[in-house]
Amino acid sequence: MITLNINGTSHQVDAPADTPLLWILREYVGLTGTKYGCGIAQCGACTVHINGIALRSCQLPAGSMAGQKITTIEGLSPDGTHPVQMAWKELEVAQCGYCQSGQIMAAAALLHQTPSPSDEDIDNAMSNICRCGTYPRIRSAIHAAAGQAAPTAGKV
Amino acid sequence: MTYQPHLNRRHFVASLAAGAFALGWKLPDASPGMAAAGEAAAVGIWAVVQPDDTITVRIARSEMGQGTLTGLAQLVADEMDADWKFVRAEYITPQANLASGHAWGDMATGGSRGIRGSVDYVRKGGAVARAMLISAAAKQWRVPESECVAAKSIVTHTSTGRTLRYGELAAAAALLPVPTNVTVKDPSAWTIIGQPVHRLDTEGKLTGKQVFAIDVQLPGMLNAAIAQCPVFGGKLVSFDAAKITSMPGVRHVLKVDDATVAVVADKWFQAKTALAKLLIVWNEGENAKISSPQIAEYLRTGLDTPEAGVGNAHGDAKAALAGAARKIEAVYTTPFLSHATLEPINCTARYTADVAGNRLEIWAPTQGGDGALMAAAHAAGVEPSKVAVTKLHLGGGFGRRGENDFVMQAARIAKQVPGVPVKLIWSREEDMTHGFYRPITMAKMSAALDDHGNVMALHARISGQSITAWKNPAALAANGGVDFGQFQGWGKGEFGYEAIPNVLIDHAMRNTHIPVGYWRGVNTNQNAFYMECFIDELAHAAGADPLEFRRKLMAKNPKHLDVLNACAAKAEWGKKLPDGVYRGICQNMGFGSYTAAVAEVSVSNEGALKIHRIVAATDPGHVVNPDQVRAQVEGSFVFGLSAGLYSEHTIENGRIAEGNFDSYEVMRLAAMPKVETVIVPSGGFWGGVGEPTIAVATPAVLNAVFAATGKRIRDLPLKNQDLKRT
Repeated sequence: MITLNINGTSHQVDAPADTPLLWILREYVGLTGTKYGCGIAQCGACTVHINGIALRSCQLPAGSMAGQKITTIEGLSPDGTHPVQMAWKELEVAQCGYCQSGQIMAAAALLHQTPSPSDEDIDNAMSNICRCGTYPRIRSAIHAAAGQAAPTAGKV
Repeated sequence: MTYQPHLNRRHFVASLAAGAFALGWKLPDASPGMAAAGEAAAVGIWAVVQPDDTITVRIARSEMGQGTLTGLAQLVADEMDADWKFVRAEYITPQANLASGHAWGDMATGGSRGIRGSVDYVRKGGAVARAMLISAAAKQWRVPESECVAAKSIVTHTSTGRTLRYGELAAAAALLPVPTNVTVKDPSAWTIIGQPVHRLDTEGKLTGKQVFAIDVQLPGMLNAAIAQCPVFGGKLVSFDAAKITSMPGVRHVLKVDDATVAVVADKWFQAKTALAKLLIVWNEGENAKISSPQIAEYLRTGLDTPEAGVGNAHGDAKAALAGAARKIEAVYTTPFLSHATLEPINCTARYTADVAGNRLEIWAPTQGGDGALMAAAHAAGVEPSKVAVTKLHLGGGFGRRGENDFVMQAARIAKQVPGVPVKLIWSREEDMTHGFYRPITMAKMSAALDDHGNVMALHARISGQSITAWKNPAALAANGGVDFGQFQGWGKGEFGYEAIPNVLIDHAMRNTHIPVGYWRGVNTNQNAFYMECFIDELAHAAGADPLEFRRKLMAKNPKHLDVLNACAAKAEWGKKLPDGVYRGICQNMGFGSYTAAVAEVSVSNEGALKIHRIVAATDPGHVVNPDQVRAQVEGSFVFGLSAGLYSEHTIENGRIAEGNFDSYEVMRLAAMPKVETVIVPSGGFWGGVGEPTIAVATPAVLNAVFAATGKRIRDLPLKNQDLKRT
């Protein structure tokens, strides 16, 4: 049994300690907002917060997560109103949406650490893959969430 | 090669179109049109209206990020004079479409046809609903319909000012005969079409609540991981199930087909872990002797052979080239590419055999609902009328999910575990090594210049693999062995350089054992790279400005030229750039739309490329949602530049060598500049949006790279080239 603190709730999970956190979240806890994309920490679709730091859960053995504060996209805000989610909505960032849980978690962690990130900060923090190509809007939305720029797209 | 029944996308497009014409747009028997007052009512077949005024527009095409769901809803809502704030969207099911004789048309979503292929009948569907709602109001008031007008989901009797809401009228309207003589609005009367409304499918994508097919959870569900023969065309010989059946969670080890094994377990990660320990013996066959160098050598034999299918020609290019004052030649190459949808390939199926008979349920991320249903029925040996498919939004499609291989695998697995839902998920490695790849091609480009630098002749010879030959040999044979899809962007009406007096565009087919398919943008991508970089070479050889040079060659193609000019104007072509920054330009026409791009780049002494700015122009005729058009144009540069700069699949001993994003690289945010989109809709036609711009991404950047470095990149991707200053 592994005891995990996920989105403020304690979960007892009966799984081998080397099972990646990603699959614990998806298959044992039923939180499917965290996505499988590559399994080798390349794409970032599985990004979650561990004690506020953005990490790729496909490479985190569940056994090492006991006592850590795990936050998933479902726990980022109670009602989807985190400033990053609001900026994403206003600027109409998402296309297919599959990578966006990970993108939003990476962006939220960046803004937590660097409230007014430069373009270079964004380049360094946002290495998640988006195949639809939402990168220009992700950059704009991070600036918008940081209060550096006003949203310009997706009116009406 | 895995047995593929004759159930590919082209086949279904043709058969469904024929079926629709034969049967007419009849109302489905199961229409909720008989609803009593106080319930949701279908007014016509495209819109369901609730008493609280909520309008649910039915969508037949698949949403994979391209915004079609919202765009189609805009088309219906505008024609029915709906208030947009009441509008929602939901999929109709493939089984409802099948049962109705395809009342909702073709569900296949590809070729940038989502909007342009549906626009006529969905707009009519909206107009039908509007007419029925007005008719219901007129009947209730006992006044002529001509005295009633509709706007914002309200019908008003003009002389008395009485009003009725759509929600109040729907139940009565649904019972009226469906009019057949409606007319759609003139574009000048559109109020929702052409507006940058927010997408209808965003909310769940920001909170993790959106259920993709890979997220489907059903009571008692098991999970399957698969291994397919690493070499295409190879066969499964045997596997040693006994060694892994005692591993945690493992329930079954199954042969899926003659080249595929599945491990079925309680959890997918257990299935994947056990599969890695499963000893499988493959007969890899003769194809295991083939690697990339042999394929390249084979393609090179097609560059000069006289045997080639002609795609477009005028004048006598061969004679003009033979007598040319100055002849310029260059050979270009592009590699195999996989789609790499970020949501890995997956499908859930449940097969049930009981007193009610055999039936099959499918939960699939599919670009073609009708095709998925038929493929699943075939694979499981179940009557199509006993198959139910639930479509879920796709985590990327790009053409990969128009294929049904994974649907058929899920059906075959489920049939061996009756009564139990099984979710099949491919690992990323299976996805990248068992795709339907963008075909490998080369091109030999030849041109004749006269003493003044005028292009007197152009010969574009493609050598390489044909998608039609792979997917539909019968269609290829019917066209005399010529794959006209190979010439995408260069056919009559597409080719933008008709002013060149002698033109020959042809293809020497060189097919390999690698499966090929439609990859977002299909052959326009390779062709535009070949043509637009070569035109740049000619401009350089003629000592001309690349924009002015193109303008002359495009004298007979005013629509192409208008878009090129709009792009150049926005980019301020000719205006001095900061030191070290250089421009490139290009244009293309494909999927019914005209596109052009300008890139501004710099290249460091060490050879590092930085893209500073992209300007892209498009004329898709009409625009349904300008913000979504911008989104597609922006995304097109990420997709196109991933291919141009980073991605390639090579073949080693018959198999794909690159299995994940560490070796199959794609563009990331840091490399991506802002994209300034210029939309210049000229009206009068409906062009595609999701694909046409991808083709101009790579040539714009590589022409700028040439301007910066003097190095002409003719082999993709750029990552294999050295731009270091010597």
